[in-house]
Amino acid sequence: MRQSRSWIDHVDWLLIGLFAILVFAGWLNIYAAVYNEDFQSIFDTSQRYGKQLLWIGTAAVLAIVILLIDERFFSTFGYIIYGIVLLLLLLVIVIGAETKGATSWFAIGGFKIQPSEFSKFATNLALAKYLSTLNIKMKQLKTKAIAILIIVLPAVLILLQNDTGSALVYGAFILVLYREGLSGSILLVGVFAAFLFIMTLFFQADSYQLPFNISIDGSTFLAILIFAVLTLIYYSNRKKKQIIIFLSIIFIASVGLIKSVDYVFTNVLEPHQSKRINVLLGLESDPKGAGYNVNQSLIAIGSGGFSGKGYLQGTQTKYDFVPEQSTDFIFCTIGEEWGFLGSFFVIAVFMALLLRILFLCARQRSNFARIYGYGVASILFFHFAINIGMTIGLAPVIGIPLPFFSYGGSSLWAFTILLFVFIKMDADRLEVL
Amino acid sequence: MRNLESRRFIIALIFVGVGVIFLIRLFYVQVLDDHYKLDANNNVLRTIVKYPSRGLIYDRNGELLVFNEAAYDLMFIPKQLPEKFDTTGFCQLLEISEEHFIQKVIKAKAFSYYKASVFEKEISALSYAKIQEQLFNYPGFYVQTRTLRTYPKKTAAHVLGYVGEVNPSTIEKNDYYSSGDYIGISGIEKEYEESLRGKRGVEIQMVDVFNRSKGKFMDGAYDSTAVSGSNLQLTIDAKLQQYGEELMQNKKGSIVAIDPSTGEILALVTMPTYDPNLLVGRARSKNYQALSLDTLNPLFNRALMAKYPPGSTFKSINALIGLQEEVLTPNTLYSCNHGYRSGNFRMGCHGHRSPVNLEFSIQTSCNSYYSNVFRSIIDNYPTAEEGYAVWRDYVTNFGLGEKTNIDLPNELTGFVPKPEYYDRYYRKGSWSSLTIVSLAIGQGELGFTPMQMANMVSAIANRGYYITPHIAKQVNNQPITQIDTGIIKNETGIAKEHFDKVVDAMYLVVQQGTGTSARIDSIEVCGKTGTVQNPHGDDHSTFIAFAPKDDPKIAISVYVENGYWGSRWAAPIAGLMIEKYLSDTITRPYIEKRMLEGDLIHIKKQISQANATE
Repeated sequence: MRQSRSWIDHVDWLLIGLFAILVFAGWLNIYAAVYNEDFQSIFDTSQRYGKQLLWIGTAAVLAIVILLIDERFFSTFGYIIYGIVLLLLLLVIVIGAETKGATSWFAIGGFKIQPSEFSKFATNLALAKYLSTLNIKMKQLKTKAIAILIIVLPAVLILLQNDTGSALVYGAFILVLYREGLSGSILLVGVFAAFLFIMTLFFQADSYQLPFNISIDGSTFLAILIFAVLTLIYYSNRKKKQIIIFLSIIFIASVGLIKSVDYVFTNVLEPHQSKRINVLLGLESDPKGAGYNVNQSLIAIGSGGFSGKGYLQGTQTKYDFVPEQSTDFIFCTIGEEWGFLGSFFVIAVFMALLLRILFLCARQRSNFARIYGYGVASILFFHFAINIGMTIGLAPVIGIPLPFFSYGGSSLWAFTILLFVFIKMDADRLEVL
Repeated sequence: MRNLESRRFIIALIFVGVGVIFLIRLFYVQVLDDHYKLDANNNVLRTIVKYPSRGLIYDRNGELLVFNEAAYDLMFIPKQLPEKFDTTGFCQLLEISEEHFIQKVIKAKAFSYYKASVFEKEISALSYAKIQEQLFNYPGFYVQTRTLRTYPKKTAAHVLGYVGEVNPSTIEKNDYYSSGDYIGISGIEKEYEESLRGKRGVEIQMVDVFNRSKGKFMDGAYDSTAVSGSNLQLTIDAKLQQYGEELMQNKKGSIVAIDPSTGEILALVTMPTYDPNLLVGRARSKNYQALSLDTLNPLFNRALMAKYPPGSTFKSINALIGLQEEVLTPNTLYSCNHGYRSGNFRMGCHGHRSPVNLEFSIQTSCNSYYSNVFRSIIDNYPTAEEGYAVWRDYVTNFGLGEKTNIDLPNELTGFVPKPEYYDRYYRKGSWSSLTIVSLAIGQGELGFTPMQMANMVSAIANRGYYITPHIAKQVNNQPITQIDTGIIKNETGIAKEHFDKVVDAMYLVVQQGTGTSARIDSIEVCGKTGTVQNPHGDDHSTFIAFAPKDDPKIAISVYVENGYWGSRWAAPIAGLMIEKYLSDTITRPYIEKRMLEGDLIHIKKQISQANATE
């Protein structure tokens, strides 16, 4: 075994470099997004860019502290950290401050802390610890159930805070489970379910007139369609006896899904939530209401052109046409002021970051570090895909931040912790037996 | 385990796939699709129109007829309407109902949630003073300054016309206009629209999402200032115009007065008329509707658009044609025994001495004499068609039955039948001078506007020609004769010496004939009365005149509907007009009083009401 030297030699500087690029670019763009001629100093802490600089500074301190902590601390205290975070998530529902309809914050003095940001890290830690336990087999139902419980528990608590966006992030862990042995067909079933979900909403709005004066609602109509398709498959297949059970299961599951989506959509979701989904699917056009954000965001990004309008020159950005621009819609600033070149750069850096993490995962000796690494990549990817996707109209408007970029102390700290714990694990990988 | 190891490639593939999809989408949105760039400009650039003030309009003596007064459009931005809005107070302030308020808000929201639209149009300065004090209580509302036409003299409504907001079809056809612009809709305002309107200016401002100005776009590189419209001086004499309107009050009809030496129109009176201030601002559409429903039809411009037969006034024209065609000499005599007879045909005439010569025929307005003259003109040619065609040419040379090309819109052509008309009506070759002999005394199919008649008088006054009539004198201090090449001398093709004979006779008409009620001691007035047969009611009273006899300064035609004899209403009114214009004093106040008090509208109504109750 090689003599271990200072962690500085083993740390993956490329990953840290990519992290630094994103954080710095984010800070510059937050400055542009809230740019105000009256407060020109980028260090002015009364403004968001000044505050973000404070967050960046403290995040750097956090990162260094993490690199100095022994890697075993995280595996040892994984469940305890998870438990504490769950408690905080519960507590915030009771004594949290409400902002924009969600009670996700603890207000401490002038600052606000959002425990749901940190729970991603904690959940990842707990999941990695559980799945890296010896003699764990993904094939076992018990394993799956416990893993899913670890994931779903914080998600439910966050849903109770009325913060749907943050709760959906936990769906990203399905990639971790897949990597650790979850059947690939479950992924496919997920894709098919998503397809059915969209189709249900598509057909839901209308009722259909059939011959003989029979009128049916959209979901029933869709069920009949599926039945027709499955019947066709049945008759075109020679092994009729083998597939009949299979096809029947598909049919029953599909109808169950359709009907429950129909029910959830009409009876469970808040009107603004179902409206957002409808607008995204193009089922409803509402450029002044729910579609306003996306429309203005597209205008901002689209008007940037190939090379952008120039730093601090974006009119959409400067004159506040895009709501939430320093947080959820920060990508608009890049699109408008830096154009396609800037967008390309940001996406390229994110891709490099994600692929680098995957690369580092592959060289981990410990299952714990590897699983944790996949969790990091999955969470970052989910945020990246949804956040940028929504700004360019490819994903529903779910208010989750762009990692390292968006304004906000909690999210920057949480992502920094998430990433640097993995960097620390990677740096210490050779010490693991 | 090897199997699971390879799953990282699938995960990597998902990551890269999403990245590539994003890049393709971004390339499309940012590089290929241009419309987002336009949308961004629409978002941030606000074009603030600088409305020019419309040109002022003066009369020939420099009296102001039309000027602009500030008015205020109340603008509204739906987005800025607060949740707690004092609707009741606001409606009281604006004097509107709450339903009206709600409707307007819905309309504004339908137009745009973020952009300003006009909430209440053309609020007068008086109302604005009250609203302004409290407007700060009502976020979402602000005012934009406009100008409204004001008519201090309340006269010549039909000449001046009115101004209104441009309609969508004009916007489509004409690049200059955009929604909210004012445009001349009738009268002078329409005819001289391009001079009067001036040039719109713009200021392009950058605004933020709350519509707050963030300064000029490109430091004002694309801005332009508004250029006021050109001022217009009319040939109208406001004093004479107003006097004519007073004389015609409670009567239907028209007065047109022209300076024959220049073709300048001195007065263009149409009665009943209306106060031009009614068709301004918020009340316009309401008032317009009321006026258009009025049974007296005050919106109808009788001077240019009413078609009357000329009646006996037309005899002077037939005399001139006869003289020029050499079928008549001043000494030609015709007998008249209470009318004209030919076979079974008979046309009545009033009692006067017989035989009659040219001079006396005009003086006494003898029907018989002109039936003979007219027939001799036509019958001088081999066929009636040929003869009639020659006669018709002379008539149209006086500008009758043709547009006078006056610089006002919607002028009527009038009507003198073409030979083909009679061919169709009676069958070719089967009509003769006798068939159409009613033309001799200005009846039959003939139909001329008061404007055309005044123009005809102008030609007589000038002894042979008229100048194209016009109502604009100067545009932006430049004489109209230098601008409008259409103002020309039009010859009648009849020799001056013939006019002298007819003019002498017309002088006698006023001195001792049918037109003595137009006589003025100090001024030599020449005129001719007419009584226009009216199948719908009492005959129309008409009179044509000019003065002074030598070096004429004013030529005039007067129609008073249902006024009966020309001498009863039209002649005295013409006399008063001439005296007013030439000497600015009235020497016969008793006639003036009778004219001012004369009521041919309400009296008739009272009588018919009385009859109805009996």
